[in-house]
Amino acid sequence: MTGMDTEKGKSKGVTFNFRQYAMILALIILFILFTSLTKGSFIQTRNLSNLARQMAITGVLATGMAMVIISGNIDLSVGTLLGFIGGIGAAGMVWWGWDMYTTILIQLALGLVVGLIQGSIIAYLRMPAFITTLGAQLIFRGATLGVIKGTTVAPLHKGYVFLGQAYVTELMGWILAAIAIGFLFYSMFSKRKSNMKYKFEVNSLSFDLMRSSMFAALIIGFVWIMNDYRGVPVPVILMLALTIIFTFVAERLTFGRSVYAIGGNREAAKYAGINVEWITIIVFMLSGLMSAVAGIIMSARLNAGAPQAGLQMETDAIAAAVIGGISMTGGIGRVSGALIGAVVMATLDNGMSMMNIQAFWQFIVKGAVLIAAVWFDISSKNKQK
Amino acid sequence: MMEAVACPVGEATILRMEGITKVFPGVKALENVDLSVRCGTIHAICGENGAGKSTLIKVLSGIYAHGTYDGKIILDGQEKMFASTHDAEKAGIVCIHQELALVPEMSVAENIFLGNQPNRAGLINFDQMIRQAGDLLEKVGINSQGASSGVNPNTKIINLGVGKQQLVEIAKALAKDARLLILDEPTSALTENEVDVLMDILDNLRKKNITCIYISHKLDEVMRIADDVTILRDGQTIGSRRISDISKADIVRMMVGRELTNFFPREPHSVGEVAFEVKNYTIHNPWVSGKKLVNDVSFKIHRGEIVGISGLMGSGRTELFSSIYGAFEARSEGEVYLNGKKLSIKSPDDAIKHGIYYLTEDRKRFGLVLGMSILENTTLSSLSKVSKLGLLDINKERTATQKYINFLRTKTPSPLVKVKNLSGGNQQKVAIGKALMTEPKVLILDEPTRGIDVGAKYEIYKIMNQLVEQGVVVIMISSDLEEVLGMSDRVLVFGIGELRGSLDISEADQEMIMNVATGVKKL
Repeated sequence: MTGMDTEKGKSKGVTFNFRQYAMILALIILFILFTSLTKGSFIQTRNLSNLARQMAITGVLATGMAMVIISGNIDLSVGTLLGFIGGIGAAGMVWWGWDMYTTILIQLALGLVVGLIQGSIIAYLRMPAFITTLGAQLIFRGATLGVIKGTTVAPLHKGYVFLGQAYVTELMGWILAAIAIGFLFYSMFSKRKSNMKYKFEVNSLSFDLMRSSMFAALIIGFVWIMNDYRGVPVPVILMLALTIIFTFVAERLTFGRSVYAIGGNREAAKYAGINVEWITIIVFMLSGLMSAVAGIIMSARLNAGAPQAGLQMETDAIAAAVIGGISMTGGIGRVSGALIGAVVMATLDNGMSMMNIQAFWQFIVKGAVLIAAVWFDISSKNKQK
Repeated sequence: MMEAVACPVGEATILRMEGITKVFPGVKALENVDLSVRCGTIHAICGENGAGKSTLIKVLSGIYAHGTYDGKIILDGQEKMFASTHDAEKAGIVCIHQELALVPEMSVAENIFLGNQPNRAGLINFDQMIRQAGDLLEKVGINSQGASSGVNPNTKIINLGVGKQQLVEIAKALAKDARLLILDEPTSALTENEVDVLMDILDNLRKKNITCIYISHKLDEVMRIADDVTILRDGQTIGSRRISDISKADIVRMMVGRELTNFFPREPHSVGEVAFEVKNYTIHNPWVSGKKLVNDVSFKIHRGEIVGISGLMGSGRTELFSSIYGAFEARSEGEVYLNGKKLSIKSPDDAIKHGIYYLTEDRKRFGLVLGMSILENTTLSSLSKVSKLGLLDINKERTATQKYINFLRTKTPSPLVKVKNLSGGNQQKVAIGKALMTEPKVLILDEPTRGIDVGAKYEIYKIMNQLVEQGVVVIMISSDLEEVLGMSDRVLVFGIGELRGSLDISEADQEMIMNVATGVKKL
């Protein structure tokens, strides 16, 4: 074609948005479906609060996984690593007399170190991420059973449990909402100002205002629902904060741009002067760190280190990322999309449990959803060709 | 199976291609091309790079399926609609591409019968396969029973030289009962002796009534072996002639079709002091231990000159310069100096910091992230210039990208368009923009105009002139001799793995370069 005509550029933008809206539409349909099938108990604020808490762990893992997949890799070890780090924390606090802060520091450091080792193996020894992290998955599973001796280690420190079980007060919830909304409008206006300074095209003020107001309404609605039960759960706040930080890292930092470039075309990124090895290592360190955070939340929520904790969570995290529009081929997708994917996965879990569907069906459905999401990703890419 | 089906020799036509038109986004690669090939002859197709030779062959051999082009393919009087290369091969048309399609870790016999093994109910009969492979090697003159230079069917491909591999490819084609053999630039990587062997074999095949389409820009070979020649230019048929009725000069005139001076915006440059120097550079072959890809190469490049790098395929030019750039992963030794200062380059990152940029010949594999926008590609090598403490300034990125879009006259509605949606020429401009944004002191362009149309080529040449004017050292690696002769002030000629000589443009012509490259003439 002779360059790209504007018409086509516009339609591309619309299809991209369509994919995001399709995801949200599917979510609404799921909500309506489960609400009607459970005669309304699904949509009660008590259950929605529960749902939010359930998705926190998947959401945290999915943000880390999003970065890994965007870089063109995969991390199958996050689930058992989560269990291992939770187990170490529990054993440390219950058996070895660690205090809470030491425990958390050790747990986070452990996540980073594991990521450093896995990333180095993948980047420098040129091992396929699939095999490296699959092996690591087994190693952490074994290590977990070894450390906590196959038992449930409990109870944990009160302050630690707060991270997984607590809710912030109603007032605190509104304060956080106000900060978020304030920031939303501030960034909108500062972006407009900067665009005008450089004489780039700017959306109409009413469009921008409407969009920001919509997000503000979502935030208010969310806090209102959570406050109707017990307040915003602490792990949910952690998850949202981490998602915002990771989205920022991916889209605004040179590091994030490098991650996209490596996932899009590793060789071209190398020839462009990007330190592919080092970036890959950092990506895995971030994934390890997210596993650690998820492990802390999980063990805090259970108030124990349990041998089964985190099993198969990597499937949920990968599914969440792919459902959220992150392409398995690398280089495509937004970290924030993974959050929507996490909501979908948690909704499936929660809804099916509410309906008393047997556990075996839940596995089958989630497996099918994962495959369907990847198929959708691949087929939509084939159509683009 | 090995008896070629006879076709009436001489005047009868085995193949006619009529009105072939093939359009790619942004480029009309073929426009109403006609080709008529007489049975049992060697028919050469000549044309410059980008004339449409390869596209025509891809249409004929089924790589571009029926329906993706306009026009007719008529084989033995019947119209053929190939949906795949497999269809074409069933009809007896087998193509041997420039990049050989052999599996290096498999044996010669296994390669010859790849996907075509003699078998019973899926069980491969290895003895039969090896015997038949031996017969086929005999036909192409490299059976191990015969000459000492023979090839054993059990030898792994990786242990053969390029020339032998080429002959194995021909044996493989014969195993498929090829009646019409297409050879795409078969001699570009061969030594003089190997070329002689190939010519003999082609002559033998002709005697056995196998028709051959021979694509080459080496006119001496064409004059020597072909019966007929068809000349393409800018995707159109310029004419078909008997070799006996045409001279080399005629072919060149038909290929070029215009004065070369109009094609290349040559400008006089004032040559200054030595700016870039490479001393005793050696690259070891990462796949075969003990062998060297590049052996002890040294050269100096002055400020203000465009230096063309010419040489045979497989000469190690690309490996040399990507190794200097820190991107080629193989052990290397040697020294690189920029403005008298010795550089230590371990990665492209280092090279860019020192002011050296290597623009790859393989745009899609190494040059661009196709799924990213023009903006993201342009700034990819200069992220530190558009960020503070790792935080990107997106407006700064846009301003910078727009600057290069304007300067290079890249055709796009917006810097946010994905690179994969651009035409080849515009993609190349994005890649050049990325290189320029690093403000290099030495710019190495590897096949900068490959696969792009004439207009875009001209603009890229003009950019090269501008850069030299600004004091940038421009090194242009190219297998297009016209381009090398048209743009360089000096030509470094590479043989296989070594620098054979440096020619001033006043003493260089196509023949001279080829003679130096092949070692016929020593400097």
